[in-house]
Amino acid sequence: MPDIDLSVTPLRELNAALHKLTPETNERHWVIEHPAGGHAIAAGLNVPVTVEINGSVGYYCAGMNKLATVLVHGSAGVGVAENMMSGFVHVSGDASQAAGATGRGGLLRIDGNASSRCGISMKGIDIVVKGSVGHMSAFMAQTGNLVVLGDAGDSLGDSIYEARLFVRGSVKSLGADCIEKDMRDEHKAAVHDVLTQAGLDGEVDPSEFKRYGSARTLYTFNVDHAGEY
Amino acid sequence: MDATPRTTPRKSATFDDYSLSEIRRAAASGIYDIRGAGAKRKVPHFDDLLFLGASISRYPLEGYREKCATDVWLGTRFAEKPIHLKIPITIAGMSFGSLSAQAKEALGRGASQMGTSTTTGDGGMTEEERGHSTILVYQLLPSRYGMNPDDLRRADAIEVVIGQGAKPGGGGMLLGQKISDRVAEMRTLPKGIDQRSACRHPDWTGPDDLEIKIQELREITDWQKPIYIKVGASRPYYDTALAIKSGADVVVLDGMQGGTAATQEVFIEHVGLPILGAIRPAVQALQDLGMHRKVQLIVSGGIRNGADAAKALALGADAVSIGTAALVAIGDNDPALEEHYQKLGTTAGAYDDWHEGRDPAGINTQDPTLSARLDPQLAGRRLANYLAVMTLEAQTIARACGKSHVHNLEPEDLVALTVEAAAMAKVPLAGTDWIPGSKTYE
Repeated sequence: MPDIDLSVTPLRELNAALHKLTPETNERHWVIEHPAGGHAIAAGLNVPVTVEINGSVGYYCAGMNKLATVLVHGSAGVGVAENMMSGFVHVSGDASQAAGATGRGGLLRIDGNASSRCGISMKGIDIVVKGSVGHMSAFMAQTGNLVVLGDAGDSLGDSIYEARLFVRGSVKSLGADCIEKDMRDEHKAAVHDVLTQAGLDGEVDPSEFKRYGSARTLYTFNVDHAGEY
Repeated sequence: MDATPRTTPRKSATFDDYSLSEIRRAAASGIYDIRGAGAKRKVPHFDDLLFLGASISRYPLEGYREKCATDVWLGTRFAEKPIHLKIPITIAGMSFGSLSAQAKEALGRGASQMGTSTTTGDGGMTEEERGHSTILVYQLLPSRYGMNPDDLRRADAIEVVIGQGAKPGGGGMLLGQKISDRVAEMRTLPKGIDQRSACRHPDWTGPDDLEIKIQELREITDWQKPIYIKVGASRPYYDTALAIKSGADVVVLDGMQGGTAATQEVFIEHVGLPILGAIRPAVQALQDLGMHRKVQLIVSGGIRNGADAAKALALGADAVSIGTAALVAIGDNDPALEEHYQKLGTTAGAYDDWHEGRDPAGINTQDPTLSARLDPQLAGRRLANYLAVMTLEAQTIARACGKSHVHNLEPEDLVALTVEAAAMAKVPLAGTDWIPGSKTYE
């Protein structure tokens, strides 16, 4: 179990070592000490290993993650797990803006709050936020599930495509072309699945969530909608 | 008796035929005009510059005998694996989605034959272009369509796209007609709907964030790949300075004549600078920061021949990039297809409704029948021929100016034919020592 102290080992060395791992590696559990808000920690991982980070991280932690599990015992800066392909990223504290931005797969769990633009342009990732999310979350979200146990800020799901947004608390306002939709059994099952994968099975009742998604009125340009754009 | 003589009917210079037709089109449709390509209006350009050639004070090199090198290194600042191109002409970013797979393959084949690079576009990397491009630059765009760390790792360089010359400050729109199953899958969107490409990156704002974003890209790719930053020409001095500050290896500067797959006509014609007015401020920023030739500058937007390339290099660029010209070389707007262009209500040389996906040349389309018209091998050969001619032309000029490398061309080799071009390029008006805006002869 490699134990890396980032106050001693340069980030570049750590990431290079993580990138050299093969799927058959025996070094499957890495612990990182003193991250000190550093950027791009454990970015670009490509193998099913677990990286545990004891402390808060800066921008783009676990960026473009594939297959790996990254556990942040602290808070995360801008763009945690941005463009994640697969795997699991868990932030025990809060996350800054653009958490899970453009993510194409995998699961991002944030125990605290996530700031603005959480799930912006998401493309298949599932995101669970135990707290609340800030304004413009799920902006232009394409697909995937955003599950928020708390509240959502202004303009949730602005210009949304096919992503599904589930919010348990209040929504300050909905963005252009985003509407509330029926919460049918299949959606409750979807929320249950995502919560189960995130290890939150039984903590909340899926039927407490409201569902939001695209009205699909902006899918093809129509001049009579010009005021909406 | 005789009627009073009448003046001939007079059309307004302001309300010319084009303006009138656009007013009628807008009134009938209620939507602005969307089209492809770059600015079509006349702007000061490289045609307004001339080389002086050698004379008593300058010594020329012998054509076909004495060496005039054309190679260029890109990414020498930070990348562990900089790129070495044999010619200073690259192929600009153009997306699969906008272009057919056959067109992307043709660009890869032609560029690779000449030892230069091609660039992906909005929509991700296809096997066709990776397979046929020896050197491939992978774009990171605001939409992040198809963005994939595996493609990042198999690219030869990464280009962070902030903007493009046709629409600085604008995103993109791929209309539903061009969204085939394959394009939709690559972009993770439903088939047949308009696909907006965002105008801002989703996960960074401003130059301080950009620096951290670039650090992330370098970490993901273990500091191997050169990282370019592409900007549309609008504030070239500051954009270049900020790109350098953000850690770019290469700055790509695209003028308003640079093409796009589709955007509003009003955007193409009224936003941004012609490339002629953008190069000197960008070079000035590089020089002021002590980074000229350390961070390389690639310029694009209206490059048509070896003379244009040589002039851009003389003004301080390290390489040029071509998009529209490359498409023409592989068959775009060919008069041989006039019958087809007429059916589309246009004429060869003017066809720009690339977003409609009905390109008879099989280039700007996803229609399998149309795109099958383009033979990638033949089209690739044509591109290689054209690149070879451009290179020979640039060498011819460089030798005439006594340069053993095209990079040795310099502003002192140039004069301008117009006051505007003299001011923009900061070279003297021909026959004078006057550089408008400068106090003394440079």
